[in-house]
Amino acid sequence: MRHSVFSLVANALTGNARWPRQWRAATPKPAYDAIVVGGGGHGLTTAYYLAKEHGLTNIAVVEKGWIGGGNVGRNTTIIRSNYMLPENSRFYELGMKLWEEMSQELNYNVMFSQRGVINLAHTSAQMDAFARRGNAMRLEGIDAELMTREEVAARLPGLDVSDRARFPIVGGMIQPRAGTARHDAVAWGYARAADKLGVDILENCGVTGFIRDGDRIVGVETTRGAIRAPKVGVAVAGHTSELMRLAGLDRLPIESHVLQAFVSEPLKPLIDTVVTFGAGHLYISQSDKGGLVFGGDIDGYNSYAQRGNMPVIRHVAAEAVSMFPNLARLRLLRHWGGVMDMSMDGSPIIDVGPVPGLYLNAGWCYGGFKATPASGFCFAHTIARDEPHALNAAFRLDRFAAGRTLDEKGIGPSPQLH
Amino acid sequence: MLIPCPHCGLRDLAEFTYVGDATRNRPILDAPEGDWADYLYLRTNPMGRHAEHWQHTAGCRSVLTVRRDTVTHEIFGATMAGTQA
Ligand SMILES: Cc1cc2nc3c(=O)[nH]c(=O)nc-3n(C[C@H](O)[C@H](O)[C@H](O)COP(=O)(O)OP(=O)(O)OC[C@H]3O[C@@H](n4cnc5c(N)ncnc54)[C@H](O)[C@@H]3O)c2cc1C
Ligand SMILES: [Zn+2]
Repeated sequence: MRHSVFSLVANALTGNARWPRQWRAATPKPAYDAIVVGGGGHGLTTAYYLAKEHGLTNIAVVEKGWIGGGNVGRNTTIIRSNYMLPENSRFYELGMKLWEEMSQELNYNVMFSQRGVINLAHTSAQMDAFARRGNAMRLEGIDAELMTREEVAARLPGLDVSDRARFPIVGGMIQPRAGTARHDAVAWGYARAADKLGVDILENCGVTGFIRDGDRIVGVETTRGAIRAPKVGVAVAGHTSELMRLAGLDRLPIESHVLQAFVSEPLKPLIDTVVTFGAGHLYISQSDKGGLVFGGDIDGYNSYAQRGNMPVIRHVAAEAVSMFPNLARLRLLRHWGGVMDMSMDGSPIIDVGPVPGLYLNAGWCYGGFKATPASGFCFAHTIARDEPHALNAAFRLDRFAAGRTLDEKGIGPSPQLH
Repeated sequence: MLIPCPHCGLRDLAEFTYVGDATRNRPILDAPEGDWADYLYLRTNPMGRHAEHWQHTAGCRSVLTVRRDTVTHEIFGATMAGTQA
């Protein structure tokens, strides 16, 4: 069924009780031409582009839980392409262009809202760094503008821009085309679109092992039986190390860490952009329902627990109130955590191998939501052609041993700091 | 999370700084490049029991080897780094 204003009206008049399933509840076939493990944003876009761009329609997405239950449905939905290294800029800018077309392309409203992302500066050195990054972006054809303190104040009425602030604000940088999207809709929209192209979406189907023929991977063992395929793509975010261990790889340049997200009780419109604190780590936006959506740093130590700790909650709350003193009495409505694949240089991995028949998509740290369409586009190319696309040629696994890491902030191999 | 510092007793997580995986051993200086890349970049990243270094930054400042479960956060003990657990 195609979504249109007529289908919306017709369904509204029948009490929204007649919407059909958005994708089939497929039964696993014994074999496919390709399997994508992980039904998060990246796995779903990969399957979608395999079918759409490469004509591989006899394929399956194998998901342990349900569609939307992983990080794709847990993130704070910030979408931007304000990177400094050209390899990252180009990749994330492809993503930005795909976001701009996504709702039309999928015939599914992902509520992509280009409300801008403002990074605040609290020192003149930070303004210099923003000028440098903004210029690097503009050289790649990406939008970036510096803002004075007055411009920041005009855009964010609740923000404390006084000299009494704990970390007085001197200005900022905005990427006007950046913004947010409805994360669940992204997962559902791609699941529906992939399904339409013939992709089997297998939920409640966890991979428990790999089937081998000599040193090649030729399929997966799952909780719903064995499924064979000459190509197996892995896109399981925080569980990459555990899954790759089953394929015989005991060590990867990845650690799993937990990131928390927070939603407050609903407020009247207060923040019509995304704003990030520059003297600590906090990003905040307001959802259409009025809740403030915010997050900060990862908890900071290896964790596979989908729940966070108290010190981060306290820290994030303190930062929010130091920026917006009028939030001091705001109550938290919900908070949760997600397990992320932190890479050793803060940049992702999209590559062929490291075992024949296997393809790897991982290392998204806490910026992988914005990458969703570009990641699937590049990973599908990598799987179909057995070599990376030009845009993920720098994201290969061997870059660590070769000394070609992509470390935006020059932090070094400390995943808890990326 | 409470970490049992051998010097200071059971102390709150907020007093400690995470240093990282304690199972990696620094190669000798003229070891092959591959050994260094392996040491710097590759991690076991277990789902379950892990050995890791934490520094008691707001306490005695010792670096400890802590054995912890990465799913339940249960802690099985802490010793001075460099000594046997
Ligand atoms: C709190 C939080 C806030 C974030 N905020 C942002 C943000 O503002 N902007 C941004 O760009 N990014 C953000 N991120 C990061 C982003 O959400 C992730 O990088 C991205 O979603 C990861 O890719 P994915 O969608 O494919 O992952 P997931 O949705 O986690 O998909 C992986 C899937 O693999 C499945 N799986 C695991 N093991 C197996 C198995 N053995 N067999 C079968 N399936 C398996 C899981 O069940 C899961 O559904 C945030 C993350 C978190 C946790
Ligand atoms: Zn101590």
